[in-house]
Amino acid sequence: MDTTPSKNAPLSETERVGPAAKEKSVFYRTSGRIATQLPPRGPEMAPLWPPKADIFMTIVFSAVVLTMPLWLQPFGAAYPDLMQRFAIFGIFAIGFNILFGLTGYLSFGHAAFLGVGSYAAVWSFKLFSLNIIPAIIMAVVIAGALAVAIGFVSLRRSGIYFSILTLAFAQMCYNLAYSVLTPITNGETGLRVLSDDPRIIDAIFGTNEVPVPRAELFGISMQGMPGFWTSAVFLIAAFVVALLITRSPFGMMLRGIKSNQVRMSYVGFNTRPYTLMAFVISGMYAGLAGGLLAVVDPLAGAERMQWTASGEVVLMTILGGAGTLLGPFLGAVLIKYFENIFSALGDTTLRSMLEFIPEGLRDTAIAIISPFVGDGWHLTLGVLFMLVVIFMPGGLIEGFRRIGRLFTGGGRKKENG
Amino acid sequence: MTDIKRPSRRGFLKTSALVGTTLAAPTFFTRGAYAQDFCNNPTGSTVKLGFNVPQTGAYAEEGKDELRAYQLAVKHLNGEGDGGMLNTMQPSMLKGNGILGKKVEYVTGDTQTKADAARSSARRMIEAEGVVMFSGGSSSSVAVAQQSLAQEVGVVFMCGLTHANDTTGKDRRRYGFRHFFNAYMSGQALGPVLAEFLGTDRRAYHLTADYNWGWTQEESIKDATEALGWETAELVKTPLGAGDFSQYITPVANSGADVLILNHYGNDMVNSLTQAVQFGLRDKSVNGKDFQVVVPLYSRLMAQGAGENVKGIFGTTNWNWSLQDPGSQAFVKAFGQEYGFPPSQAAHTCYCNTLLYANAVEMAGTFYPPEVIKMLEDFEFDGMGNGPTLYRGEDHQCFKDVLVVKGNENPTSAFDLLEIHKIVPRADVTYDSQIPQFAGELGPYEVEGGC
Repeated sequence: MDTTPSKNAPLSETERVGPAAKEKSVFYRTSGRIATQLPPRGPEMAPLWPPKADIFMTIVFSAVVLTMPLWLQPFGAAYPDLMQRFAIFGIFAIGFNILFGLTGYLSFGHAAFLGVGSYAAVWSFKLFSLNIIPAIIMAVVIAGALAVAIGFVSLRRSGIYFSILTLAFAQMCYNLAYSVLTPITNGETGLRVLSDDPRIIDAIFGTNEVPVPRAELFGISMQGMPGFWTSAVFLIAAFVVALLITRSPFGMMLRGIKSNQVRMSYVGFNTRPYTLMAFVISGMYAGLAGGLLAVVDPLAGAERMQWTASGEVVLMTILGGAGTLLGPFLGAVLIKYFENIFSALGDTTLRSMLEFIPEGLRDTAIAIISPFVGDGWHLTLGVLFMLVVIFMPGGLIEGFRRIGRLFTGGGRKKENG
Repeated sequence: MTDIKRPSRRGFLKTSALVGTTLAAPTFFTRGAYAQDFCNNPTGSTVKLGFNVPQTGAYAEEGKDELRAYQLAVKHLNGEGDGGMLNTMQPSMLKGNGILGKKVEYVTGDTQTKADAARSSARRMIEAEGVVMFSGGSSSSVAVAQQSLAQEVGVVFMCGLTHANDTTGKDRRRYGFRHFFNAYMSGQALGPVLAEFLGTDRRAYHLTADYNWGWTQEESIKDATEALGWETAELVKTPLGAGDFSQYITPVANSGADVLILNHYGNDMVNSLTQAVQFGLRDKSVNGKDFQVVVPLYSRLMAQGAGENVKGIFGTTNWNWSLQDPGSQAFVKAFGQEYGFPPSQAAHTCYCNTLLYANAVEMAGTFYPPEVIKMLEDFEFDGMGNGPTLYRGEDHQCFKDVLVVKGNENPTSAFDLLEIHKIVPRADVTYDSQIPQFAGELGPYEVEGGC
């Protein structure tokens, strides 16, 4: 379930060439346009677009996202705030993957767009309306505009220089938000929606007088579960768009850039507009995520833009599987789960969880486990990250695929034998 | 080469029906879970409180002490231990059998001294753990953020340590209560003492933590000192948790100022004060006067961190363990027996606020927040340290005596670091709730569509 076609997907060129050539995509020029597929190959082939596997994947993905309140119950994570975070950071990571996974450009400054999206949304709540539609639009547009500016400068370089440039820009944004732009961002205190804000659009409709301002969609308050459903719908939409981008000729171009940018330019393509486009799209995804963060909880703080937040999305993407479609979401869920649930496990909860172990051994078990939970959740995450990077460079998705291959591969051998 | 398995029309219909039902199911279940007369009404034999304190960041030390106090408060409420202030609080309906007969349980969270993280942690407590009240925090930006959340979801928030005017000023909320004193009171209490010991002809240089607490404390102290006749040389903002303050302290020496006012707290204050002393500021003589340092908000934990450097430095504090009234003594004794050292002012305010909430619930006879809030408003009590105290209904601020303290020159123990210089009576620090620095709106009692 990722970008490389699976067994029951329609055949693409890459699969014909074999796994060795996985990274290399083949392009055809047909009357001036780029095509990623050969012209129709005969009546026996099923229509290539949209591939059945993609439709199946979208349906499964939507089902998994929308049933989160059910299947997260046993993990103690089925409460609105955390599920909102899963969905929102899923969007953030999926968007980041469009840049990093497809073009290979590693941005270390994506939190800047997340933060700007949040500020834009909160300002929209303050100035225009508590309705989330203008807020989301403003968040995406302003984050996109910032991405154009930062991308235009940063993309003049590639590799580590690009990463450092984006990191520098993001830290600049953070410091601006933290101190210089305090009148706009309210600094460390954070920007909040207050009951006496102007809200000019609401004022036209006479709905600007509210005792407790909350983000809403035509009267539905975005607090709690409605906030999650909204985020979930946006996540599914974001996933579908990312899927379409990945499968499109544009997506193929981006992957071409990742595999060999020099060759791309020798073939006669100017790669800059494509990378800039990818950068802006992923910036807009981050803006959307930031806007949604403000929707479910109308507060924007500068710490959202800090470099640790930028690093977190890189972790999410790599942990889940860079370049895959589902990986970033998986990574986001895992990291947010660790951050919220593991960090809250204290010795007392641990003791009650380990009640089944006999008294003498229990203390030893607690002594071994406790450095890895509570304050030490970073340690667990670090170990997990190391294991994944060393043994499964393709992330969790690669792990799943290996498990899958264990079953199908085994079956094939038997048949052959 | 391969046969692609296509779903049949029937299969597709079946799947869509299944997906549809699963999608509808969660809304059904959650609606059931949320349909109760108010947010997190405790229906069993226990009641859960949430303690959200900084366990990491610049204020982590205060946070750990707050947590100790909360654990002690829960013990005392449940009738374990010696009862602490339950025996001295007047009037009190607490019987040591939990709250309304329900055993008190608690969950904890880490605010990380960040507004964002604190709200997320608080929402976990409210949404996942079902707490009926949450409390804690050691930063005003965090307190204000959590107080807003409390109003949005309709769950009472008892502030921990927060000293900014805004908490009960322009950001006051119906669902938030502050037992701690504030920056304006510090200014009012400290002013006369500064005039007496440092004179009325001084130039002050402010270093200020760059968030709402720092801003309001700077404003309050500036107003109070300028009223004495002092001049203000410079107002410099420093980021919270900066660690190294040398770049901010170096210019002080050449600014012509003869007093350095550190509007810092926690580790920030420890670092900035230590560096100011290391840079030799206190040995200097400017304008023919000894250079002085003032720390308007002081705590014993900070004094411990800064060690020798605090000797002779003036500041204010909400409460100190060396107070001799029965309430303070009972609390210090209980805390000391439990943990082996005296409590800090952060611990004191958190302990008091938890007991005050529990008592208000007992008085109201229900956990229903609007009724509990009405009981806390204009509640007059005594026996919790600081003498007779009023929880003012107009802004949810406690009014009580304020302590002006001085770094002890000859400490008799490792904890005897602050010497109470003067107890400023409550009347001297009381102000009108709608003066310009404080004007604000509490908001409604009833919260519709909370959690």
